[in-house]
Amino acid sequence: MQDESARRVISVIVVNEASVLSRITDLFSGRGYNITSLTVAPIPESKYSRLTIVTSGSIRVIEQITKQLHKLIPVLKVYEHADLVEKEMALIKFPISENITDIATLCAAYNGKIVNVGDNVFIAMVADEPKRVENLLKIISRYNPKEIVRSGAVALER
Amino acid sequence: MQISGAQMVIEALIAEGVDTVFGYPGGAIMNVYDEIYKQNSFKHILTRHEQAAVHAAEGYSKASGKVGVAMITSGPGFTNAVTGLADAYMDSIPLVVISGQVPMSLIGTDAFQEIDAVGISRSCTKHNYLVTDATDLARVLKEAFYIASSGRPGPVHVDIPKDVTAQIAEFDYSVELNLETYKPHTKGNPRQIKKAMEAISKAKRPLFYLGGGIINSNAAYDVRELVHATGIPAVETFMARGTLCHDDELLISMLGMHGSYAANMAMSETDLVIGLGARFDDRVTGKLSEFAKNAGVIHVDIDPASISKLVKADFPIVGDVKNVVKEMLESVSLINPSKYESWRDTIKNFDSLHPLTYHEDTDRLKPQWVIQRVGELLGDSANISTDVGQHQMWTAQFYPFSRPRQFISSGGLGTMGFGFPAAMGVKVASPDKVSINFTGDGSILMNCQELMTAVEKKIPVINIILNNNYLGMVRQWQTLFYNKRHSETDLSVQPDFVKLAEAFGGIGYRVHTKEEFDAALKDAVEKNIVTFIEVVIERLENVMPMVPSGGSLFNMMLLERKEKK
Repeated sequence: MQDESARRVISVIVVNEASVLSRITDLFSGRGYNITSLTVAPIPESKYSRLTIVTSGSIRVIEQITKQLHKLIPVLKVYEHADLVEKEMALIKFPISENITDIATLCAAYNGKIVNVGDNVFIAMVADEPKRVENLLKIISRYNPKEIVRSGAVALER
Repeated sequence: MQISGAQMVIEALIAEGVDTVFGYPGGAIMNVYDEIYKQNSFKHILTRHEQAAVHAAEGYSKASGKVGVAMITSGPGFTNAVTGLADAYMDSIPLVVISGQVPMSLIGTDAFQEIDAVGISRSCTKHNYLVTDATDLARVLKEAFYIASSGRPGPVHVDIPKDVTAQIAEFDYSVELNLETYKPHTKGNPRQIKKAMEAISKAKRPLFYLGGGIINSNAAYDVRELVHATGIPAVETFMARGTLCHDDELLISMLGMHGSYAANMAMSETDLVIGLGARFDDRVTGKLSEFAKNAGVIHVDIDPASISKLVKADFPIVGDVKNVVKEMLESVSLINPSKYESWRDTIKNFDSLHPLTYHEDTDRLKPQWVIQRVGELLGDSANISTDVGQHQMWTAQFYPFSRPRQFISSGGLGTMGFGFPAAMGVKVASPDKVSINFTGDGSILMNCQELMTAVEKKIPVINIILNNNYLGMVRQWQTLFYNKRHSETDLSVQPDFVKLAEAFGGIGYRVHTKEEFDAALKDAVEKNIVTFIEVVIERLENVMPMVPSGGSLFNMMLLERKEKK
């Protein structure tokens, strides 16, 4: 049995045109579906963009979301991913007083490194599976991060 | 050809074969109205409210099967039209609604009569456009007509800033449409259709569940053929009334909240639901977990999102119902009509147990009598529109519909004020038929200003106001479920409907008896002018039978039996 509100990742290929993002987000809010994260960027050398939406719901709800997305005129394709490679990036800002070596080592374990060092703060970057990013964020909480930015997930079918 | 954006709109409407535009001018759409003034390829009907323009376009579309067109200005002109867009969206009515917008340079500055129109219409249209360059207009308008009328039909809104209608650019309406992302499935999967037919041949108590999609796809006569060839009984949704002729032996009646006992019992007892262009709306199914509980489900629909949305389909078939039914007819020999005789008898017994009827037990006229009487006197020669409320349900229950597109009503959205303007659109589309609008004393006041349009353009709609001095349907719920607390539903304070009609130049009648009603209707049909016939009816009559909201179809409140005196 799958969890009633299991996490799902949906990719949507849309025509790059005005208000296409609103059409998608309006559909989610209008029909009472959740968006956990949403990323969007143009697909190179095409007139399309790719959205990666992380949402949650039962199989039935996800099936409706997929069908409703398909109904939107500028939507080319909708994939509901089962077998996929998924990555998310996070940027984390620390006070300069924190142990930079420890943090750098930790980040390295999560496909990351220190990307900027200033007078008062330094910034680390990680890019990994969303679950692992979450894990890292838990661990580094003891280093008093000042700010954390997550990108939301991007995904590709294997 | 180098022409202005406004001229392009006219040229596109002509190229689409539009013969009637309903609308209301204003600042941002003036360039287009200037071109309307100069042309005589189509007529423009000036309604007295933008909402009425869209409802009239809906009525026109429903009666004719063509795309309805409405034109409005920016800001309040547009917001007034939103109810019409939402109504057309819920009932899958193909419309192209063109609105003016403030000039491009002023968009986003809170300019006079500016509103984010496409932002508002996004959730109540099939698609919408903000045209930012006149060179896009030919393509956009062509797409708009195509999208509105293809697949599951619906309204398309095109918002055009004033400077775009003034812009001179090249216009070529022969542009090829290239909609890579929009390709409706119209042909059903042959293997699925075959499987469905096999399932039907094995079923013991199959039931056709006919929906409004049949009307939209002009499939009613094919469906009649299928029903007769199989001998399988059928129920109709509210939106499908007229698919089968009222005297068809195999037509049980309407099902749902105010459906007949026999129709709802048949749906509860069937072992195979054959859904054609119906969407399992909550007003049809009642409590979902109890709906057709022991039945398999065949679901034919052009909209994949309608299939298995509420009731899981065992045989999903995505396609235009007309194509699918035609293909079903090819293997109809699989089915032996005589097999269902005892099932048909069971249903007949349901019907004789609790027939759809009413009691003539008061001094005042009964609304059901009025509707049946119009059916006797006008029958097939009238198109029937309604507003929303008790009168609407009585009309769906008691009018003897004999053909598709005869019944025009606001089903999904339930828009009070729909009936009168829609009936005008119906009359324009179908001038040879009498256009009747059954309405209530609540609904009629929501668009009564259209008396002026009907008088000016000589559109002789006969409005039959079933007057119980109540907002009747809400009053009925208050009586039944709110312990008779009739909160804000007593409409005892009313205009003089006769004088109201006369004030605009129409005709008014107030009738209390059967004889007066017959005389008024006869006179109204002969005079051929817009009419109000106010019928004073029994105040506390309820629409029966009734499935209480959220209840099971087989658990109906029934008409009390009366001993014959």
